[in-house]
Amino acid sequence: MELFDLPLIWAFIIGFGVIMYVLMDGFDLGVGILFPFAPSEEDRDTMMNSVAPVWDGNETWLVLGGAGLLAAFPMVYSIFLPALYIGVFLLLAGLIFRGVAFEFRFKARTSRYLWNWAFAGGSTIASFAQGAVVGAYIQGFETANGVYVGGALDWLTPFTVLTGLGMLAGYALLGSTWLIMKTEGHLQAWAYKITLPLLTAVLVIFGIISVWTPFVDDLVRERWFSNLSVIWILPVLTLLCAFQIFRSVRNRFEGMPFVATMGLFITTYLGLVVSRWPYVVPPEYTLWDAASAYESQLFLLLGLLFVIPIVLVYTAWTYWVFRGKVRAGEGYH
Amino acid sequence: MELDPLILSRIQFAFVVSFHAIFPVFTIGLASFIAVLEALAFKTENPAWVKLSSFWTKVFAVVFGMGVVSGIVMSFQFGTNWSNFAQATANFLGPILSYEVITAFFLEAAFLGVLLFGRSKVPPGVHLFAAVMVATGTFISSFWILAANSWMQTPAGFELREGVFYVTSWSDAIFNPSFPYRFMHMGLASFLTGSFVVAGVSAWYLLRGREVEANRKALSMCLWLILFIAPAQLVVGDFHGLSTLEHQPTKVAAMEGNWETSSHVPLLLFAIPDQDAQTNHFEIGIPSLASMILTHEWDGVVPGLKDYPREEQPPVAIVFWSFRTMVGIGTLMILVGLTGLALRRGGRYFQTTWFLQLLRVMSIAPFIAVLTGWFVTEVGRAPWLVYGIMDQASAVTPSLTGGMALFTLIGYIVVYASVFSAGVYYLMRVLYVGLEDRHDDEEHEAERPARPFSAAHVPFEYGEDKHTNPTSQGGH
Repeated sequence: MELFDLPLIWAFIIGFGVIMYVLMDGFDLGVGILFPFAPSEEDRDTMMNSVAPVWDGNETWLVLGGAGLLAAFPMVYSIFLPALYIGVFLLLAGLIFRGVAFEFRFKARTSRYLWNWAFAGGSTIASFAQGAVVGAYIQGFETANGVYVGGALDWLTPFTVLTGLGMLAGYALLGSTWLIMKTEGHLQAWAYKITLPLLTAVLVIFGIISVWTPFVDDLVRERWFSNLSVIWILPVLTLLCAFQIFRSVRNRFEGMPFVATMGLFITTYLGLVVSRWPYVVPPEYTLWDAASAYESQLFLLLGLLFVIPIVLVYTAWTYWVFRGKVRAGEGYH
Repeated sequence: MELDPLILSRIQFAFVVSFHAIFPVFTIGLASFIAVLEALAFKTENPAWVKLSSFWTKVFAVVFGMGVVSGIVMSFQFGTNWSNFAQATANFLGPILSYEVITAFFLEAAFLGVLLFGRSKVPPGVHLFAAVMVATGTFISSFWILAANSWMQTPAGFELREGVFYVTSWSDAIFNPSFPYRFMHMGLASFLTGSFVVAGVSAWYLLRGREVEANRKALSMCLWLILFIAPAQLVVGDFHGLSTLEHQPTKVAAMEGNWETSSHVPLLLFAIPDQDAQTNHFEIGIPSLASMILTHEWDGVVPGLKDYPREEQPPVAIVFWSFRTMVGIGTLMILVGLTGLALRRGGRYFQTTWFLQLLRVMSIAPFIAVLTGWFVTEVGRAPWLVYGIMDQASAVTPSLTGGMALFTLIGYIVVYASVFSAGVYYLMRVLYVGLEDRHDDEEHEAERPARPFSAAHVPFEYGEDKHTNPTSQGGH
């Protein structure tokens, strides 16, 4: 009776939205994480300028994801948000503070240091919270009849703290390689200098998470070690990306470190998706269990198919307009 | 003391949504005003229109920015605090709210940038087109939000299976019985808000003798608009009330403070409703007038609260007094419109000091009217979330504890208080700087076209307008 497997189509759309968000907001959150450590105030100006034209477009994907989740997979929406209640608040508060800091920092004179803290603090808290969300997803949720029944801080465990730190390190790496690509002179030299320690931190934390995950979750263990060993190609690719970052930083390539870092994120993400497929609310519910009604998914899909290409074209155009190096003492026009 | 997650969630939602609502209700009206100014500038080439449009576009940018920031929180509230509601209604509300997000982003992506930054970069016709599209977009956005809210007031086009709503007719569900009235009522409210803010600010400039020609034009436009729209709002409000009487009798009974179902119900001007005793104290009313207004007959029957069990009655005092506040302000608005007309001859409206002072004060009136209006409709729906079908107690997140809800309530209050006092403070700076030509800051500031606030070109602190900062960027 139903022509298409709409939940599957929607899973691809939301999955695409998530990775778009992670990659794009990731580097501008990363710049925020690195902000307090920058060599000088002038460098902070340049750093902020390097992400200022694009950051709010990047966050578009988060809001679109939130609303899309309610429409397409209401069960995910109505289990994740209560389960991650405090974390979601921290995430939103962090994003609001850094968003407002973007607006006011350039207009402020004497109060500028406050906006610096709002930007760095907001970015750091939001990034950590996102990492903890990923950890909580791997951990799974305590549910009964499709409703969350666990406690307020179930999401906060040593494991999720580690994934939170992993996300911090990962976003910082995206941020530093972005700065390599977008800046020059001593700021770029600084970005080169911090990239390899950040890469090391990412590999160590991701490594511990990978070893830990099979102990947290049976399904993953089964999948990794018995019936789906093809999966192992993904961590191999991740390591290749890491090596590529290392090599390109050594050779002082400018664009490649960022591209390779995106590759590292994408392969890790795919690894997570394949390990978990098709469970969207582990350990119990699949994407088909969590889907909304067929007619509801169809109703929204029609509009979205029209709008997504426009958003993509607009996004590409913005990045094209603001291509090239950001120089100190120079704003956009 | 036991913390009740339901009460705290209701307070939290009321807080964040009230805070959010004041921004869009202003930008919707302002966007149309800017589109009209752009059209006048395009047609007449009078520099006063360009001046006005540039200035109000700056204000629009800041207010729009604050609306977007506060709106992010809203899209997560349903899940965090009302997850059973989200789960049950997602088949309808999910797509509707997503369409709102899509509309807003589409608008922002395509046209807002051109409106804010494109004046000298695109042909005038294109700029005008962008202004019209932004204005249209704000209405489409409110169309979706009000469709969602109206459906919760007067649900239609669905069937209920195992506690979950399934849409059987999208057109019935979207164009549900209360939607047309609410949309009209809210649209006019936005125009009134825009008019009174622009009128109040123009009056303030006129009192200080700043940019008299342009501000006089703006004030005149607003007064004409108020003259016609304030009474029109009364008529639309009346129709809205009739529809509410038909579909939500408990809300109307609370608005009127009417306990017994009867005919010849008086219109109460004053009363202190006492829900425990199920009666009013100190009633002062005009005989039979409520019957007349609600049924258009002197002996019309108005439903009373006592027909419904105590637990199905909304909190009467809040609804009763919010309604009176809203109607009182509406009446005041009509009087302002008429006074403006009376002062037309000889252009006294822009020279009469007491009238200009009155307009200054009135610039906050529409916000109070809009908020109290929403209190009437939202509190009046209680105890229902979806009227007659799903009540608030069964909608709240089951795992939510009082402590969690209190934590985020305080958190949001702190975040909003700090962020929005900065925003409002900055808006005051923009108003203070005014319409006059200024180029110094534009030269010092790095311009980043993707973001609304960049359009404002006003430094954050007072008293440093002329200084350059050693660490700030050089210009273009």
